[in-house]
Amino acid sequence: MYRIILTRLAQGLLTLLLASIIVFGATEILPGDVAEAILGQSRTEEALAALREEMGLNRPAIERYFDWLGGLLRGDLGTSLATDRPVADMIESRMWNTLRLALLAAAISVPLSLAFGLWSAMRAGGRVDKTLAMTTLALIAVPEFFIGLILMKVFAVELKWLSASANTRPYFDFWQNFRALALPVATLSFAVLAHMMRMTRSSVINIFTSPYMEMAALKGLPKRRLVIRHALPNALSPILTVIALNLSYMVSGVIIVETVFGVPGLTRLLVDAVTLRDIPLIQACAMIFGTVYILLNLLADVLSIMANPRLRYPK
Amino acid sequence: MTDVLTIKNLHVEGRPPGGDYVPIVKGVSLNVRKGEVLALIGESGSGKSTISLAAMGFARPGCRISRGEVWLNGRDIMALPPHDRHALRGDEVSYVAQSAAASFNPALRIGRQVIEAPLWHGAGDAATLTAAAVELYRKLDLPSPETVGEKFPHQVSGGQLQRLMAAMAMSCGPDLLILDEPTTALDVTTQIEVLKAFRDIIRDQGTAAIYVTHDLAVVAQVADRILVLKNGETVEEGPTDQILHAPRHDYTRTLMAAVRPAPHLVDHIDPAAAQAPVISVRNVTAGYGALTILSDVSVDVPAASVVGVIGESGCGKSTLARVVAGLTPLREGTVILDGEPAAPAVRDRPRAALKDCQIVFQMADTALNPRQRIGDILGRPLDFYKGLKGRERPRGWRSFWNSSICRASSRRGFPASCRAGRSSASTWPARSRRTPRSSSATRSPRRSTPSSPPG
Amino acid sequence: MSDVSDHGAPRASVFAGLRLTWTAGLAGAILLFWLVLALFGPWIAPHGEAEIISGTTFAPIGEGGLLGTDKLGRDVFSRLIYGVRTTMLLALITTLISFAFGVTLGFAAAILKGWFDVVISRIVEAFMAFPSTLLALVVIGAFGTSITVLVLTVGLVLSTGVFRVSRALGYDIGVMDFVEAARARGEGTWWILTREILPNSMAPLIAEFGLRFTFSILFLSGLSFLGLGVQEPAADWGLMVQENVGGLFLGSSAALIPAACIASLTVSMNLLVDWFQQRQQGETVLEKIDQ
Repeated sequence: MYRIILTRLAQGLLTLLLASIIVFGATEILPGDVAEAILGQSRTEEALAALREEMGLNRPAIERYFDWLGGLLRGDLGTSLATDRPVADMIESRMWNTLRLALLAAAISVPLSLAFGLWSAMRAGGRVDKTLAMTTLALIAVPEFFIGLILMKVFAVELKWLSASANTRPYFDFWQNFRALALPVATLSFAVLAHMMRMTRSSVINIFTSPYMEMAALKGLPKRRLVIRHALPNALSPILTVIALNLSYMVSGVIIVETVFGVPGLTRLLVDAVTLRDIPLIQACAMIFGTVYILLNLLADVLSIMANPRLRYPK
Repeated sequence: MTDVLTIKNLHVEGRPPGGDYVPIVKGVSLNVRKGEVLALIGESGSGKSTISLAAMGFARPGCRISRGEVWLNGRDIMALPPHDRHALRGDEVSYVAQSAAASFNPALRIGRQVIEAPLWHGAGDAATLTAAAVELYRKLDLPSPETVGEKFPHQVSGGQLQRLMAAMAMSCGPDLLILDEPTTALDVTTQIEVLKAFRDIIRDQGTAAIYVTHDLAVVAQVADRILVLKNGETVEEGPTDQILHAPRHDYTRTLMAAVRPAPHLVDHIDPAAAQAPVISVRNVTAGYGALTILSDVSVDVPAASVVGVIGESGCGKSTLARVVAGLTPLREGTVILDGEPAAPAVRDRPRAALKDCQIVFQMADTALNPRQRIGDILGRPLDFYKGLKGRERPRGWRSFWNSSICRASSRRGFPASCRAGRSSASTWPARSRRTPRSSSATRSPRRSTPSSPPG
Repeated sequence: MSDVSDHGAPRASVFAGLRLTWTAGLAGAILLFWLVLALFGPWIAPHGEAEIISGTTFAPIGEGGLLGTDKLGRDVFSRLIYGVRTTMLLALITTLISFAFGVTLGFAAAILKGWFDVVISRIVEAFMAFPSTLLALVVIGAFGTSITVLVLTVGLVLSTGVFRVSRALGYDIGVMDFVEAARARGEGTWWILTREILPNSMAPLIAEFGLRFTFSILFLSGLSFLGLGVQEPAADWGLMVQENVGGLFLGSSAALIPAACIASLTVSMNLLVDWFQQRQQGETVLEKIDQ
C-alpha cells in the first residue's frame, strides 16, 4: 500500500511540474513580450531592446523557465509589472481573506452535502429525494453571481440584516464578522453544496446495483443500515474525489464571490492582474491555485487508497 | 407435514428500460414442505430466479409482483405492509446468490457479514452468534474456521466464499432457504464439494429449500422434487426420480436429452486417418499485458471435425479461440489456417483468410450491435467479404433469409426485439451459405442471464 | 415479450412516447421560447442593441422601457433580446468546438490506444489540474479579450471534460462483443468507429452536450461578469449583469433580470438533460424494499 501511495505522490509532483510548464507556456506564447506590455504604445525600438536586456528576455525560454521555477521553489515569486512590488508581498496580504472564505464555506458545505446526499439516497425515489434532486439541479445551473446578487438584494439591500461588503476589520467582534462574511460564505457554499450532494447520492446509488447490495437488502436490513454500513464504505473513494474536485472548483466560485462582495482577496488580485496583463502576478497566482488543486486531489487519492481493504490487507 | 411455503397463482412482470411491463411469470403455483428441497429448473428466461425471489416477497429492480399469494409459515406475506414483509427477510427466509464473490461486500469483514442478519433481527449477541458461525464454518469444512471471519472477502478463494455464503444464509436459522444457482460460478471440482456442503447442512437443520438451477446433474444430487418451467409457466412437477427418468412432458424430455451425450450426433474421425488440419495451433503462448494465459499450447483441427476445448473458468479456453481469430495477438508460436501461417493480429490478415475463420460469441445479446437492424447485421458479412448486396445474394442465403428463424418483420427490427434463441442464430449467418472452413464457438450459446429483466 | 414487434428497439422508443414530465415539458418550452427570441430578436426588439433611449439611468420597470433602463439609459428589454443571441450563439459555438476536439481525440485515444492514448491522456490530465476558470483567465490574460480568443479558450477548456467522457465511452463500448465481432470480421477502424461505437454512444453524448452547453453559458457569463468576456457595446447577459450591479443599491433590477434569464436558460437545459438521463435508468434495490 505504501508503494502505491508513494507512486501517487510522485505522480502528483509530476503533474505539478507539468502544470508549471503550462502556466509558463501559456504566458510565454503571448504575442509580444513583457517588455512590450510594460512600455505599451509609447515604445521605441531602443527602449524595448534595453528593457529586454535588463529583464533577461533575450535568453532562451527554457533558461528563463528554470530561473522562474527556481525562484518559485525559493519562495521568490518575482516582481509585479504593474506595481513594482514583490509578488510575494502582494499575495501574502490578500491570501488570508480568500483562505478564510474558502475554509468557512468548506466547513459548512462538506458535512451538509454528505448528510443531505445520504439522506436523499436513503429515500431514493421518494418525495424527499425528488425534491432535493430538483432543488440541487436548479442550484447547480444558477450562476453564482445570481445567487450572490439575490442574497445581497434580499438580506443586505432590502432587509439590511447583513452587510453587502465582506470587508472585515481587525477590531470587528463576532457579530460584525458574521454580518460581513455570512453572504459571501453562503453564496460560495450553495454552488458546491448542490454539486457535492448530488454526487454523494449518485455514488451511493451506483453501489446499489452491485449484487452484494441485493444480498444485504435480502437480509432484511433497514435502508439506513444499507446506505451507511454497506454502501458508504464502498462509495468513499468516488465521494472523496468529488469533494476534492469541488473544493478546488471553489476557486472559480471565489472569483465571482470576491467580485460581487468586494472582498480584497487573492482571486481579485488575479482578475486585476489579467486585466493589466501583469504576467509575473498571473503566473504566481495560477501556480498557487494549481498547487492547491493538485494537493487536494492527492489527499483524496491517498485517503481512498487507505480506505480500500484490498490495498490495506493484500492477499 | 406442513408447508413452509405455498405460492398460489404468482404473476410477475418486468419492464425493460424505456419499455412497458411484460409478463415474466404467468400464474405459477408451488409448495415446499419442511425439510424438503424443491428444484426449479428451466432454461434462461424461464422465470426460475424470479420465482425464487418472489418466495421472499421480493422482485428485482425493474420487475414487480403483479398478482398472487405467497404464504410463508402460515401467512400471506404479500398482504403484509412492506415494512413487515422486509423484516422477515434474513429471519425466516434467507438467500444464497449465484456468485459469492460478487455477493460479499468487499469493504466489510466476512464474519460481520455472516452474523449481520441474526444480529439485526435480535437472535443473539455478537459473541454467541460468532461462536455459532465458527461452528457452521467447521461443519462446512472451511480451513481455519476460527480466523476466517476476520478476513476480507478478497482474501478468500471463490469456493470458500460460496461455503461462507451458505453459512451466512444459515446463520439466522431460516425456515426456508433459497439457493439461486449457487454452484454455477464454481469450477467443476469445487462444485461437488460445495454441493455436498449444501446438502448436508439442509438435511442437518431440516430447512425447507428452493434450489434454482439449469444443471440437471446438480438436481439429481440435491432435490426431492422438481418443478420444470418454461417461459414463466409450469411445464410439469414431480418427484426427482420421475422427472429424471420418466418425464411426462415433451419439453422435459428434450431438456433431459440435451444433457445426455448423444454419440451418434457427430461421426468421430480417427485423428490418424484425417487429412491435413484446417486449423493448426503450434506452441502458442499468449496473454494480456504481463499476464500469461496460454503457454505452449498446440492443437490440430482436421477438416469437417469438431474439437472441444474444455477446462475450468480462467484456464484459457476463450483466449485460445481469440488467438485463432486474431483478436488476442499471440506472443510466441504460430497459428496455421488452411496450410498458411496466419498473421497474429486480425488487422494484418487478408480478407480471404478472415472469411474462412468465423467466431460465434458466448452471449448473443451482447454480440449483436443493439443499434443496427437485424437485416443489416446479417447482410454485412456477405457485403463485406463478397461485395454482394440485396438481390445479388445467393439463393441459399435467401432461403435462410426467408426461413422462420428470420421472419420478414424482424429483419427491420433491432436485436432487442428478438428472443435469445433466435438472435444466437443471427451471430452465425454463415451457416446457411457456404460453411466457413473453420469456426470457433466460445461456450454454448445458451447461458442464463438472471439479473437483467427481459429486453 | 412479443416476438417480432419493434417495441424494444432503441430507435423506436426515442420517437414513440416521449413520456415528458411536467418539469421537462416546461423546461423545453422555456428553451424553445429563448430560441425563437434568438432567431427573430432584431424584429421583436423595440430599440437598438446599444441605443440610448432615455436620459434617466436605472429607470425602474415600466418606465422608459418595458423593463426599465440600464446604467447608460439603454432599454433593458431590447438589450435582453439581443443578448440571448450572443449568449446562446457563443455557448453553442464553444460547445461545438469542445465536442469537435474532445470527441475526436477521445475516440481516437480509445481506438488507437498505445502511445497516442498515453500522450493525449497525460496532456489532458495536466490541463485538468487547473480549475477551468483559472485556465481561461491565464490564457485570456496572455492574449487579451477578443471574441475569437474567448471562444477558442472556453472551447478548449471544455473539451478536456468531453475528452474524458468520450474516451471512457470508447473504451467501454470497444470491448463489447459486437465490436469484437466486427474486428474479427476484419472491419476497418472507420467502420468500427462510425457504425459500431458512435451509434451506441449517442445517448450519453447527447446528455453530455446538454451539460456542456449549460456549463458553457455559466462559464461565459461568469467571464463576462468579471469584465473578461464579451465587451461593450455588445449585449450579453453576463455583461449586462456586470454593467448594472451598481444599480442594485439604487433599487434597479437591471442586473437581476439578465441574471434570472441566464438561470432560466441553464436550469431548463439541466432539467431537460436530467429527464433524458432518467429515462435511460431503472429503479434500485432500495425502492424495491418498500414495495
